[in-house]
Amino acid sequence: MSLSDLLEKVSAVAGKLKVETSEIHNEACIVVEREGALGFFRKLRNEPDLDFDMLIDVTAVDYLGREPRFEVVYQFLSLEKNHRLRVKIGVPESDVRVHTLSEIWKSANWLEREAYDMFGVHFDGHPDLRRILMYEEFEGYPLRKDYPVDKRQPLTEERDPVVHDWKF
Amino acid sequence: MAEPAEVRDPTEEVMDIQMGPSHPATHGTIKFNLKLDGEEVLECDTEVGYLHRGFEKMIEQGTWTQAIPYTDRLNYVSPLINNVGFAIAVERLCEVEVPPRCQYIRVIMSEVSRITDHLTCLGMGASEIGALTVGFLMNEARELLWDIVEAVTGARVTVSYTRIGGVTRDIPPDFYSRIGNAIDHLHALLDDCDKLVTRNRIFVDRMADVGILSREDAVSYGLTGPLLRATGIAFDVRKAAPYSGYENFDFDIPVGEKGDNYDRFLVRFNEIGESLRIIEQALANLPDGPVRIDDARFVLPDKHEVYNTIEGLMNHFKLIMEGAKVPAGEVYQPVEGANGELGFYVVSDGSGRPYRCRVRPPCFLGMASLHEMLRGHMVADIIPTFGMINMIGGECDR
Repeated sequence: MSLSDLLEKVSAVAGKLKVETSEIHNEACIVVEREGALGFFRKLRNEPDLDFDMLIDVTAVDYLGREPRFEVVYQFLSLEKNHRLRVKIGVPESDVRVHTLSEIWKSANWLEREAYDMFGVHFDGHPDLRRILMYEEFEGYPLRKDYPVDKRQPLTEERDPVVHDWKF
Repeated sequence: MAEPAEVRDPTEEVMDIQMGPSHPATHGTIKFNLKLDGEEVLECDTEVGYLHRGFEKMIEQGTWTQAIPYTDRLNYVSPLINNVGFAIAVERLCEVEVPPRCQYIRVIMSEVSRITDHLTCLGMGASEIGALTVGFLMNEARELLWDIVEAVTGARVTVSYTRIGGVTRDIPPDFYSRIGNAIDHLHALLDDCDKLVTRNRIFVDRMADVGILSREDAVSYGLTGPLLRATGIAFDVRKAAPYSGYENFDFDIPVGEKGDNYDRFLVRFNEIGESLRIIEQALANLPDGPVRIDDARFVLPDKHEVYNTIEGLMNHFKLIMEGAKVPAGEVYQPVEGANGELGFYVVSDGSGRPYRCRVRPPCFLGMASLHEMLRGHMVADIIPTFGMINMIGGECDR
């Protein structure tokens, strides 16, 4: 199945949810609306022509200064058909949430936890939405563009080796 | 002395044990929060992130070329595959294609790295359950390959070998004799390891039927690489979506049947043989020619030009200070890492710096499914199961 055929089928499945499609750099990509996207994802999994049985990756991109600010990006793979698809959902800063996919693909569990940890994207209905790479006490979301790269959040007070001589 | 309020039956009790994060038997900093019924694992909550260094944040701070040394520190037992994956992703954004000789060199070095990664996984895995000799033999074999990596790249682990549009330098003149000797020696060592463990009663009893993950679960958990192939699915990115000229090579995809630890071991062991086949083919057909594209937008000029012409000097200055201007766009480039599909999702805004670089770590998803593999097994089975996932902290936690 060629890329344009695939995108045609995916667009038909998406129906009114579709915002735009592209096949730049030989990759199929579709942007969909957030509301009601869960049904679209279910069809991606179950439609025999599409058969996306593997959710390869979930991540987000922070386009600070653009509206909507965040984009949640999903990469799908069909092992049987050997085709790939990227799905993107725009998420505004005022309401950074999408529905979880963990009931359709188990890999979504940890991948969404990471997107939550790094970007603060809230996944509705996620069974276990905790931080995964950072520690629980961490404040803020480190991969957001407005998180300063040199900010420090030590768990215990840091000692200044110049002021306090190291004595053991 | 006060009497205890009630005497609990220890056989009824569910024990909470925290294993790690610094446990001598787990190579990698990781914590298992276990619920145990005696020796049996009822539930396992895996905590990762102890090696999180903010890789994706750091990449956004420098130029595209400055990101390459960071990729070494992802999966640090097969750094060349990370280099290659990142370079190909950026080259696709730039819409350039590297010369055939460079593609072949990348294939050779990727396969050398795949072997070192598998040797690390198998050697550690074997020695952790008592086959210490195999651990030493595989370390010796790995050392032979790291000598080759050092001869080609100048470093053993922190290689930073690729550049956007090529590799840093051509292979050394004595490369053929070096790698020929190493491969001969490697075959002998692998034969010894094969005799020592693959039909060894103790080893097979520890590995077979332990850590089983069904085919459906493996797909649902997004497992790729040896973990997926051990369940019998012959999926390999090198065949499914060939990159860097992998379609020119003849190799098989070893698969398992049951998806237990023993299958994972065998898949990795057989993949070493397939990688050696690819290396031999690549060496036999290595094309002549340059190892970098000739494109002043992305590749640094020769030092001769930098020191003697104003154009060369300015080009060098712009590339170093501002970075190569990668056209705006986004690309997801999967490569077959030693642990599975290593994906680079790179977003460029057209400036000299990456806007976003997401790494899809294969062993992260392996760790996500670990609790399913362990359920119902013994405490002692945690170590070989964890070992066969081959979690590499740098890649899993980034």
